[in-house]
Amino acid sequence: MTKDEIKIMIIEQILEVAPDIGVDEITPDGNLQRSLEIDSFDFLKILTSMHEKTGVEVPEDDYAKVATLESMAGYFAEHLLNK
Amino acid sequence: MPSLGADMESAVLMEWHVKEGDAVKKGQIIAEVETSKGVIEIEVFEDGIVKKLLVAPETDCKVGMPLAIIASADDTMAQTEKTKQKSITKEQNLAQEERIKISPAARKRAVELGVDLNQITPIEGVIQLSQIEAVAPTKEKSADKEKFKDGMRQAIAAAMSRSNAEIPHYYLATSINMTPALEYLKELNRERNINERILPVALLVRAVVLSLKEVPQLNGFWQDSEMQLSKEIHPGIAIALRGGGLITPALVDAQEMSLDDTMHSLSELITRTRTGKLRSSEMTQQTITITNLGDLGVESVYGVIYPPQLAIVGFGAIMNKPWAEKDALCVRKVMSATLAGDHRATDGRIGALFLDKLNRYLQKPEELL
Repeated sequence: MTKDEIKIMIIEQILEVAPDIGVDEITPDGNLQRSLEIDSFDFLKILTSMHEKTGVEVPEDDYAKVATLESMAGYFAEHLLNK
Repeated sequence: MPSLGADMESAVLMEWHVKEGDAVKKGQIIAEVETSKGVIEIEVFEDGIVKKLLVAPETDCKVGMPLAIIASADDTMAQTEKTKQKSITKEQNLAQEERIKISPAARKRAVELGVDLNQITPIEGVIQLSQIEAVAPTKEKSADKEKFKDGMRQAIAAAMSRSNAEIPHYYLATSINMTPALEYLKELNRERNINERILPVALLVRAVVLSLKEVPQLNGFWQDSEMQLSKEIHPGIAIALRGGGLITPALVDAQEMSLDDTMHSLSELITRTRTGKLRSSEMTQQTITITNLGDLGVESVYGVIYPPQLAIVGFGAIMNKPWAEKDALCVRKVMSATLAGDHRATDGRIGALFLDKLNRYLQKPEELL
């Protein structure tokens, strides 16, 4: 899976959890929780469905590494390679 | 039509889930209604048999209007009771009609636009449609979504105005060292799969519930000029909707939930709130409200009590702050917890006891499991 494909997958999960968010509101480097008003429950749901799709589980210690769309896509790309 | 909140005047019956002759059990979902807070599933209050459905789908029903006649299997009294209720409501409605004369079209418009009829002086004894349009706070919005939000705004406005006018609030705040609780959760979650992780919010809700068991004077209602405490703890969880508005559905029977149950039920409640699939019991039974604005970085929340409840608990953001421990100054994760209480029902001492219990539980998170 390429990083771009992962990005699309992440955006799909965000829209699934928060259907009222517009695609154009999601920027590559904006903090997802702050800029989209995603609360801790929604954020966990996004990570849970990403885990279901990819098999990669993000431990809580790594939350800082998945704060933006860009960094989250990079994180999953790297961990998919190492699997 | 049950009142699904102190501010509700009417709702539209959308769909029946039962037909005449069906046997129903207490708690069974028998209908769906649309209110300013979204679509709500209506549960039946008692076991029995559906004798008659009194209103057709897509009918706008005032609170108190009978929707159906449910007869107990061996008891025809229930039927007469319900019918009696029906005629009383009819008389009440008639009385209301006499007080304010208004054309049906104008009345419908007034409800849609949230106009208070008492503000309008009738022309030649009757309120006209044009008068309603003139005093309407906002222009007509064509989109349904906008209308829904207007309705919700009006409902929140009514409840909060009533609260501020009637309830003498007192406010208390305390800073809680959250480092022990967060470290405990971190260890707990490290051994768990991602779909079994516990969020700090669930721990906070659980701590509130356990503290209320020890300080029950804040859990219940102020009704008929007296305090009516509730044995069950159904905290209303304030859930903000993106793009505006707020719903506080009840986490029903939270006193019976473990930490895992609390987390699971909260997650499910939030999903159903966002998708507009709440049950009538969740809209009516709140015994206290919990509001958490920490995700938005707010330090403290001083809440407005939702009538007829007795209190509201507020949580702010968990932040790194200087903290004195024995003789040393260190940095800890600190959160402000607040309580707004109804001074008619309780005094500051009770509120202070509650916040103290809450703090103690959060210092010993293993007791929250």
